[in-house]
Amino acid sequence: MNQTNLSRRQFIKQVSVGSGLTLGITLAPKSLALANEPALQEQLAPNVFVAIDSKGDLVVTCHRSEMGQQIRTAITQIIADELDADWQRVSTVQAPGDEQYGDQNTDGSRSIRRNLERLQVAGATAALMLCQAAAKGWGVTAQSCYCEQHQVVHKPSGKKVDFGELVAVAATLPVPDEKLVKPKAREKWRYVGKNIRSIDMQNVVSGNTVFGQDIELEDMLIAVIQRPPVMFTKPVTVDDKKTRKTKGVVDVITLKSASAPANFAPLGGVAVLANNTWAAMQGVDALNITWSENEHSTYQSAAEKQQLIDTAKQAGEVVRKRGDGAAGLTQADKRLSATYYAPLLAQAPMEPPAAAARVSAERVEVWTSTQNPQAAQDLVAQTLGVPKEQVVIHVTLLGGGFGRKSKPDFAAEAALLAKQTGKPVKVIWRREDDIQHGFYHTVSAQHIEAGLDDKGNTVAWHHNTVFPTISTTFSTEAESPSAGELRLGFIDNPFDIPHIQLEKGKAKNHVRIGWLRSVANVYHAYAIHTFADELAHAAGQDSKQYLQQLIGKPRHIDLAQEGAEYDNYGDPLDVYPIDTARLLHVIDNVTAAARWDQRHDEKRFLGLAAHRSFLSYVATVVEVTIDKDGQWRIPYTYVCIDAGTVVNPEHVKAQCEGGSIFGLSCAIGQITAENGQIQQTNFHNYQVARIQQAPAAFDIQIIDSQAAPGGVGEPPTPPFAPALANALFAATGQRFHELPLPLTIKPA
Amino acid sequence: MITLTINQQTHEYDGDPQMPLLWYLRDELLLKGTKYGCGMALCGACTVHVDGNATRSCRLPMAAVSNAQVTTIEGLDEKHQHPLQIAWAENDVPQCGYCQSGQIMQAASLLAATPKPDDTQIDQAMAGNICRCGTYPRIKKAIKQAAGGDKV
Repeated sequence: MNQTNLSRRQFIKQVSVGSGLTLGITLAPKSLALANEPALQEQLAPNVFVAIDSKGDLVVTCHRSEMGQQIRTAITQIIADELDADWQRVSTVQAPGDEQYGDQNTDGSRSIRRNLERLQVAGATAALMLCQAAAKGWGVTAQSCYCEQHQVVHKPSGKKVDFGELVAVAATLPVPDEKLVKPKAREKWRYVGKNIRSIDMQNVVSGNTVFGQDIELEDMLIAVIQRPPVMFTKPVTVDDKKTRKTKGVVDVITLKSASAPANFAPLGGVAVLANNTWAAMQGVDALNITWSENEHSTYQSAAEKQQLIDTAKQAGEVVRKRGDGAAGLTQADKRLSATYYAPLLAQAPMEPPAAAARVSAERVEVWTSTQNPQAAQDLVAQTLGVPKEQVVIHVTLLGGGFGRKSKPDFAAEAALLAKQTGKPVKVIWRREDDIQHGFYHTVSAQHIEAGLDDKGNTVAWHHNTVFPTISTTFSTEAESPSAGELRLGFIDNPFDIPHIQLEKGKAKNHVRIGWLRSVANVYHAYAIHTFADELAHAAGQDSKQYLQQLIGKPRHIDLAQEGAEYDNYGDPLDVYPIDTARLLHVIDNVTAAARWDQRHDEKRFLGLAAHRSFLSYVATVVEVTIDKDGQWRIPYTYVCIDAGTVVNPEHVKAQCEGGSIFGLSCAIGQITAENGQIQQTNFHNYQVARIQQAPAAFDIQIIDSQAAPGGVGEPPTPPFAPALANALFAATGQRFHELPLPLTIKPA
Repeated sequence: MITLTINQQTHEYDGDPQMPLLWYLRDELLLKGTKYGCGMALCGACTVHVDGNATRSCRLPMAAVSNAQVTTIEGLDEKHQHPLQIAWAENDVPQCGYCQSGQIMQAASLLAATPKPDDTQIDQAMAGNICRCGTYPRIKKAIKQAAGGDKV
């Protein structure tokens, strides 16, 4: 793979299929030439994902955003495999936001599960056309030909011809009906299922990468914005005298403040535009602004916490009921309850949001690190009042996303300022902006009460969840958790308990609420799996055996029978059932690897959790040590994932590691507000996992499966924090119902 | 006028002496491999070598690098084949890649001073470099491999 040499660049320019920012090209203006060039006649481009140039080289278009999951590599593997391409003759371009690619919103762990088959068909279509072209030349049937290492081979005679010699003819053939195209048989896969190194590796390790923060446009201004400290407040007075005197500052522009519902709209504030980033930052620091107040100006996290907890302890709205529901508790011999609290969190991707825009009368171009380029296109068009066909969103690499970059407010900020100044503008979010003006992972409280019979079996489970919903970002009417959030590890509770009652409660939002890796699964899995461990302890039984007993016998769970609204992550239950056999199996595997049964003899402190999310099954065992000062460390973490069919096992392993460590950060971080303003500003007061806190080593198992592909990016996150808390209980005898977890634990 | 050497090339700067080196590298020289992550020397994404020592360029004013020898990720190795760059690739360390220039520069400085670091020394040296993707265990492996320790 070579994406930087000149001939390659010229070639990409010619085929224009991606019409996007190719990576490895440092300055965006050069890449402008890539867009909208007429395609060469002799190239074969039967669909938007595949193109083969006159030399026969394959160009794959990646329509999903790269944020570290190596989707650019995975998509290239899938298409190259169908064509049986020579990996040295394959390159990858990044698609702009365009509905012709179908869904491009890179969230919900669905890039592979929703695209594997259609990308296989896309590749197989081109392969079939090359076979047809060869067959025509040889006077044989296309069915007697196949692709092998960039050649078409006639099976009976062994004759071979390079793709390059077939393109001109193949390009004249009608594109076959997709329904007639048959992807390769699994046993013939050459690249899918293999550990292919990231196509961006060499650029990353040599610093030759282009993220949103890195975009340079000719004559570009840098903008840094002071946003309202309290959501939806407005600047009342703006003293910018010092700012305007700052060397390098060009302009100060007050932006329109947002109002409820937030949607993805820019928050407003005061923008300082300068010739360089430092001047813009200095200029913003020199502003003196007074802000209006509103209903959110009295928002206090401490008071909210109490209110959420009170609501969680009261009766809520029933969303699922089995057996006698909560009344089943009266039949129990022993009752246990716990109240959970988890604070707001910020995604804090290493690259703070950034976007660069250039606006002319006919065209708006934005270069940005977005997870959701079509939403960015819609928002920019709407913000500037232009048809969306005039808006081109070039997708750069993302320096992490974790849900933050699925909200394209920063793209609209850049477009607005570029229009207003008549110059290209790059908006840089400082870390402080990212921490203080985010779309936060919501704050939550939960109350669980369970009843045990005289043998220690759990016979009743009553669980209430309360949190400001993501829906508040889109509607002023929203006041309680949505079905889309309840399905995330709450309503799909897999426990085989005779009496179950699940409820939800109301809560108001005072900040913008958004998605964070695994979303509501994070706090739901925390409560359910630490409570399951408490139940095992109360029953005097082994936590692993007890958890498997709670899950019950292998079966497919039918939630509709219990009146629950459940959309199974938008995918059909017959393809992706809630299959407890798979959940039990990952638990067996992970505990075997962790030597669970020997842990007491070996004096090791382990904690276990297992959770189905995004149609995959993950079990995690965390091992902790604790020193005399009460400081805990994680020498080892064991993960077993069943994600069905996987495209690149090494990258799945990397997601299991990274997802676990993200789960650790979720357990030790917190965002709080006082008088409506976020108290944390940067990494000194917003705690995220550092190397010494992270697991020193991992043991990852991937279940070898031919099942339909599940999600990978998110499922490893939810079980980590409860497994950690359970391990800390094993080590200290202390339970932690409230997050964040303390970094040192005094002996009980 | 401030004179300094960056990746073995001499540069002269006569702007605001308080501007951090990071913005000189990124905005003026277009050396974009050095990243902005926090602006407070808290995350390590902006790590470069100043006279051989790993330094956070986001808090280092230009006035402090007069006559200094600066190395960025682009200049770490002419062919981008520093043992750490090789080990990084062989261990599939990067995910999003944003922090990795800083991680590699920090690790290179560690190995220069401590050719065979143990786990504790690695933790201590790398504690200031945040990776939100969670590549820490692979960073550890890659450093050990580059140090000629554990064969991975």
